[in-house]
Amino acid sequence: MTALLARRHMLGIGAVTLAAPALLRGRALAAAAPPLSTGLPDGVYGSASLEALPGKKPLIKLSYRPPNYETPISYFDQAITPNDAFFVRYHLADIPEMIDAGRWKIKVGGEGASNSFELGLDELRNGFEPVEIAAVCQCSGNRRGFSAPHVPGVQWGVGAMGCAVWKGARLKDVLAKAGLRKEAVEIVVDGADGPVLDKTPDFVKSLPVWKALDENTLIAYAMNGALLPHWNGAPVRLIVPGWTATYWMKHLVSIEAVTKPFTGFWMKSAYRIPTGKFPIVQHFESQMTEANEPITEMVVNSLITAPAPGHKARAGTAIELRGIAWDGGYGISRVEVSSDGGKTWHAASLGADGGRFAFRPWRFRLTAPRPGSYEIRARAGNAVGQTQADALIFNPAGYHNNVARPLPIVVA
Amino acid sequence: MRAMATLLLAAAALLAAPAAKADETAVTLKDGAGRDIVAANCGACHSLDYIQMNAPFMAEKQWEAEVVKMINAFGADIDAANAKTIVDYLTRQYGQGG
Repeated sequence: MTALLARRHMLGIGAVTLAAPALLRGRALAAAAPPLSTGLPDGVYGSASLEALPGKKPLIKLSYRPPNYETPISYFDQAITPNDAFFVRYHLADIPEMIDAGRWKIKVGGEGASNSFELGLDELRNGFEPVEIAAVCQCSGNRRGFSAPHVPGVQWGVGAMGCAVWKGARLKDVLAKAGLRKEAVEIVVDGADGPVLDKTPDFVKSLPVWKALDENTLIAYAMNGALLPHWNGAPVRLIVPGWTATYWMKHLVSIEAVTKPFTGFWMKSAYRIPTGKFPIVQHFESQMTEANEPITEMVVNSLITAPAPGHKARAGTAIELRGIAWDGGYGISRVEVSSDGGKTWHAASLGADGGRFAFRPWRFRLTAPRPGSYEIRARAGNAVGQTQADALIFNPAGYHNNVARPLPIVVA
Repeated sequence: MRAMATLLLAAAALLAAPAAKADETAVTLKDGAGRDIVAANCGACHSLDYIQMNAPFMAEKQWEAEVVKMINAFGADIDAANAKTIVDYLTRQYGQGG
């Protein structure tokens, strides 16, 4: 415990009150059975539950400690995911329970920067140009639970993701104040949450300098016009549009420019994909090996959000299919729908464009002429020619699963 | 400094209180030899629903790999005898066909 507090002190928040308010100590509220997808490991159906963390709507609880809760599919029938329904994902269970935002400090510096300083929230809000961007935050392991064969990890269904309008300062503007040196290769970020055991590697990530300097990479202090929920990284988290959520550091306390590739466990050993196996554009060059490389951009994907699985319709009567599509930030260019097991595909209508990093809504009117059981599939493509995979690209951590999922409907 | 120490002690006391943010006491592992050792060692860092949701697709070799990862990569302080007990329990109760 002493070491743990000492660690926090070094990060500059040791004196911030860690007292847990009653709100966060209370039990989650139990509710009805969780709306789980088919195809998950059997164990999930016995252990997952629909429960509300303090300040949240009931979400699908996959693990209590650290908390891993996914967003039920019904919330994806809108392009922006509400803050209180946004998924929750932690690696390590020592999470500061109350954060005094007025005393929050982010340490900025490192050997790859000319200056070092501490940044408070007021300065972050008032000293830098505020930027707003709608962007999808998706866990690298979203849909891991559908891997065939199954692989160990949090057995996410389709809801380890969300899209919000984030507001914050550009990381590049903060780095400009630090005076980035030309020798800098990566920017290392850390959050206030940490491990239970001192020996467990703290969750620390790095970004290549070029991605850190992207004008869309933000230090966000607002989410959908409100403060960030505690469980989504209050008071500030990193926003890395297009890249998976592993880089979106919650409870941000440190930004450090380094001149050698960062060697922490969560970069060198975790969150890696086989090199060359996925059709992606952006790579994290300084962290690549011949065998594997860090996960980076999200692969193009889509989800049918309505009707619900098992929907019953009448032959000859139109069914309105609705859904969303998203990618690594190149922009969705088309969504197609099939009702015959993928033999023929028909173009869906794309809805309002919330920006190239946001969920893109789509809809399609489907009329089944004859009674029977149908499996409906949707697949998306984007502006750089990426499409959803026809068959699972297996990898040991179950990342990047963008195989079209069949929606069963019954026509009578 | 004394004020700081008092504050830290107070914070430590609060942190030492049950960390459950939700009711993880509801998680009950299957009865079987080694269950208490599993609960004490695995439960030190994470709730036991992690075991339940990762079942029953793992064979002994995969459960062993998980336990080894917890020790070598995450620093879990589990001796060899307990590690074997844990792998045996997980394989029997939550392994393939379990």
